[in-house]
Amino acid sequence: MVQLREQSEAAEFFPSDVEYQGLLSKRSRRGRVVQLSFLLMLTIAVVGLGILLYTIIDDSFGLVAVVNQNEPEAVVSAYGYDPAVTVLDDLNKEQLVDVLQGSVSSGVGRRLEREERFFADRLVFESQAKWDEVCASDEPPSGCSGGVRSKGNVLDLVRERVIQPDIVAVNRLTASIFNPDGFKEEVETAFVENPSRFGEYTYDQVRYQWRAWFSWKFVTSPASDRPEIAGVRTAVLGSIWLVIITVLFAVPVGVGAAIYLEEFARPTRINDLIQTNINNLAGVPSIIYGMLGLAVLVRILEPFTSGSLFGEGAPNGRTIMSAGLTLGLLTLPVVIISSQEAIRAVPSSLRQAGMGLGATKWQTVRSQVLPVAIPGILTGTILAVARAIGETAPLILVGAASFITVSPSGPFSQFTALPIQIFQWTSFPQEEWRHLAAAASLVLLVLLLTLNAAAVIMRNRFSRRMS
Amino acid sequence: MNETPESTVLDPTAAPATADAVGGVEAADDGPGVLETRSMDVFYGDFKAVADVSMSFTFNEISALIGPSGCGKSTVLRSLNRMNDLIPTARVDGEVRYHGTNIYAGDVDPVEIRRRIGMVFQKPNPFPKSIFDNIAWGAKINGFKGSKSDMKDLVQGALEQAALWDEVKDKLTESGLSLSGGQQQRLCIARAIAVQPDVILMDEPCSALDPIATLRIEELMLELKENYSIIIVTHNMQQAARVSDRTAFFNVELDTTGQRTGHLVEFSPTDVLFTTPKEKATEDYITGRFG
Amino acid sequence: MTSETGVHDATMAEQLKRRNRPFERVIVGSLFISGAISIAVTIGILWELGSESLLFFREDEVSLGKFFTSTVWQPQAGEFGIWPLILGTLLITVIALLVAVPIGLSAAIYLSEYASPRVRGFFKPVLEILVGIPTVVFGFFAITFMTPLLRSIFGESVVGFFNVLSAGIVVGLLIVPLISSLAEDAMAAVPNSLRQAAYGLGASRLEVSLRVVVPAALSGIAAGIVIGMSRAVGETMVVTLASGAAPRNFDLAADPVFGYVLNPFQGAQTMTGYIAITASGDISYDTIDYNSIFAIGLTLFLMTLGLNSLSRRIVKRYRQEYD
Repeated sequence: MVQLREQSEAAEFFPSDVEYQGLLSKRSRRGRVVQLSFLLMLTIAVVGLGILLYTIIDDSFGLVAVVNQNEPEAVVSAYGYDPAVTVLDDLNKEQLVDVLQGSVSSGVGRRLEREERFFADRLVFESQAKWDEVCASDEPPSGCSGGVRSKGNVLDLVRERVIQPDIVAVNRLTASIFNPDGFKEEVETAFVENPSRFGEYTYDQVRYQWRAWFSWKFVTSPASDRPEIAGVRTAVLGSIWLVIITVLFAVPVGVGAAIYLEEFARPTRINDLIQTNINNLAGVPSIIYGMLGLAVLVRILEPFTSGSLFGEGAPNGRTIMSAGLTLGLLTLPVVIISSQEAIRAVPSSLRQAGMGLGATKWQTVRSQVLPVAIPGILTGTILAVARAIGETAPLILVGAASFITVSPSGPFSQFTALPIQIFQWTSFPQEEWRHLAAAASLVLLVLLLTLNAAAVIMRNRFSRRMS
Repeated sequence: MNETPESTVLDPTAAPATADAVGGVEAADDGPGVLETRSMDVFYGDFKAVADVSMSFTFNEISALIGPSGCGKSTVLRSLNRMNDLIPTARVDGEVRYHGTNIYAGDVDPVEIRRRIGMVFQKPNPFPKSIFDNIAWGAKINGFKGSKSDMKDLVQGALEQAALWDEVKDKLTESGLSLSGGQQQRLCIARAIAVQPDVILMDEPCSALDPIATLRIEELMLELKENYSIIIVTHNMQQAARVSDRTAFFNVELDTTGQRTGHLVEFSPTDVLFTTPKEKATEDYITGRFG
Repeated sequence: MTSETGVHDATMAEQLKRRNRPFERVIVGSLFISGAISIAVTIGILWELGSESLLFFREDEVSLGKFFTSTVWQPQAGEFGIWPLILGTLLITVIALLVAVPIGLSAAIYLSEYASPRVRGFFKPVLEILVGIPTVVFGFFAITFMTPLLRSIFGESVVGFFNVLSAGIVVGLLIVPLISSLAEDAMAAVPNSLRQAAYGLGASRLEVSLRVVVPAALSGIAAGIVIGMSRAVGETMVVTLASGAAPRNFDLAADPVFGYVLNPFQGAQTMTGYIAITASGDISYDTIDYNSIFAIGLTLFLMTLGLNSLSRRIVKRYRQEYD
């Protein structure tokens, strides 16, 4: 600095060494403050994610207040057990069937038995003669094929049909852990202040129990209009069917288009148009694809998408086929773009080597370029498909929103899907459904996590084989 | 070799190859002609990369293309088996005759050309496959009809010709990428040989290799010229002097618009070019006074 | 001398003849068709949006002029002015950008200029997880967390159960990773020599980041923000769940602007929300309701298309800066 001052006239405009020291520390102080605020902002995003996951988990478990139509204690003591020692689970299968027989109408009983027998050696609700007749008919019910209900299955039936718990109030996980009494007081107050909300129930009937909304039973139970027994089996199966159709359409077409654009397309106007067009399509909102699906797949192509061309028949085009193809179209640009990137990353020396040996373009691409590009293509594709699974808006448009309890049987079935189920349950006013929506979200997130993990594992395995 | 080409740049009749100065092998002045360019121009888009190249190559000879960087020697090499087709903007004017047929004629199949005129690249580029498959693949796609054991013989033969067999015979199923750089390059040569070409183009095949590996490749080239016509691009004059029978010197010329276009200065027997070059530019280059 | 160069070898010429490779041609043909399907998709979208919109505008109750000028959307009463729906969309988009731009840019600057590899290794996956969460789950989050939170902060009398603010904040959270990753890419493209030059002049890290890197990457960052905006405009599930199903009809002359028209605490249906809600009922073909969603869809499509091409144009300019 000293020398500078002597040499340059401009030096007088610069701060002195002491001033400069002060300036420097001010600048670095400001630097630290701003850096911290950047970090703070980033943390907000992370915290946002944390709260989101927390909200879902918090709503997926918790205390519930139920009113049972029949108390399990009463059922147990009817068999001469002490309810303080013995619980419903301790009854054996014969006793449970007996309980069921004593409570449900014979019509319901017969239906249950035709679904699946209670015992291999005897019939409970149905006479032998009638059973033989039903089983000899053209369409014998599933019970005729010989399966027998397990004890756990009968227990579930007893809970569902005899105990018949009715959830009257729900609570969240953290509140249930840290302040269970608060919840109980709240329910009690509600009974005092607003008894009409609970119909004929009195507070004496209320029992508190833990409930895991997210459970294996939840995943395997069909949809229902009773939150106590509703599950997501139908929705999960619907989503799986959708993924199958989506993949079958988007992967071959998308990878094919990517190969064409990267390896064969000369820079002509039509090929430029295709490329620009794909980039544009990637930015089109998903709901627009839903409208395309509604107008073209559901409506115009109804003979195909309803399956009536093939002699199967959904009443209209609002089928898995329509929705799967809609999601396929939606996924297509993403698959193309990520596959293009993967293909572009293959060193051109491999292409030259292949062509230099007298291979045709396609031989080179198929045997040399694609094998190297596959890990990248797979990863991109799986991520694109994962996005498709979570898409809701297009499915609403192509008509997945109807209430369906029957599992889809094929691509031409009407259906519902996991995100649709979450959407519907979230928009219901009663709080119970909110918890079901949380549990369904958890199922969806687990599904996505599994897919992403599969993508990572597959990529690693492939790249190991390559090297 | 006694025909007089229409080209003006050099006169092959004036440059009869005499005894090979390097290998002591008899020069192929009377060997069958294979490949010939006639007034060849190469363009990239509007840019003329190489102008008016006329030269011919014969069997059992190694021809080296040398010259300063940017002189278009690699471009010329790639035009000889239509590898430049892979660059969308590339275009070739004039003729390249292979056994008398212009390979740029409309009815000629570039795929067929590349099988017959093989290529070895600057950087070794084995496929990420086993050593065996690296060699077998070319034969397979070119319709190899033999049995499994025929294929084994083919692979072994190619590896033996490339002087690699002894080093890899116990690990044919291992990835080609597991080999050292020099071995990889010999694998690429074996791969090129396996599809039965009669000309092999080599684009600076040793520039990525260490001296010992380079020596192996040079020895290999001298062995291979018994059966093939070899054309090699090299930036290394010593290498050209060591292995080639004839050498072509390319230079860059700035035209009036400032475009750099390469052209052939001189194509002579190697010993002649390096001892008594006809052109001043050649002499400047080989004595290190170019620029 | 067995053969001369240049002498025509007839058998060889025959062997070199171009082969017909039908298999190869079929393959390339089908690959081309795969590529061309995307064109068909675009044509399909344009055709279907256009033709159904045409039917909509042919209806007696509807006129093109009123559609683009009226500020009342009340299909039951035959009022079809798109402005209330655009208002809802814009309100939510603005709030979302107010949330996402500061967070997204700060995150990008921090990750690109400050973070150590270990810190990056933590935050990057988190942002990627955020990208992977379905929007309907964000919608659930808006309803069960954000809305109750806002209502407890500002009072239940001020904040409606359906409100624009909750939806906007959550949409903002949704597009944070998009904006931050695009901005980070733009900053990564700034040549290191520029940073070194600034450091060489005695600039601090903050000065290098904010005065050198960010301005140099500005067009890329701007493009990212525009893309984020386009995402917010097209977002459906969060707004359908959290912002309600009532269009905010307004009268600029009579209604207070801040108390009502721009009030973030009350609900307002968006374009996407209208489409989703209308279609989720059992909608019958060729009714005015059915046709109206396509007219809205066409408007939405043109808006997002405009935003996307705007961002591409910005990026193109930015590319030229460095070539």
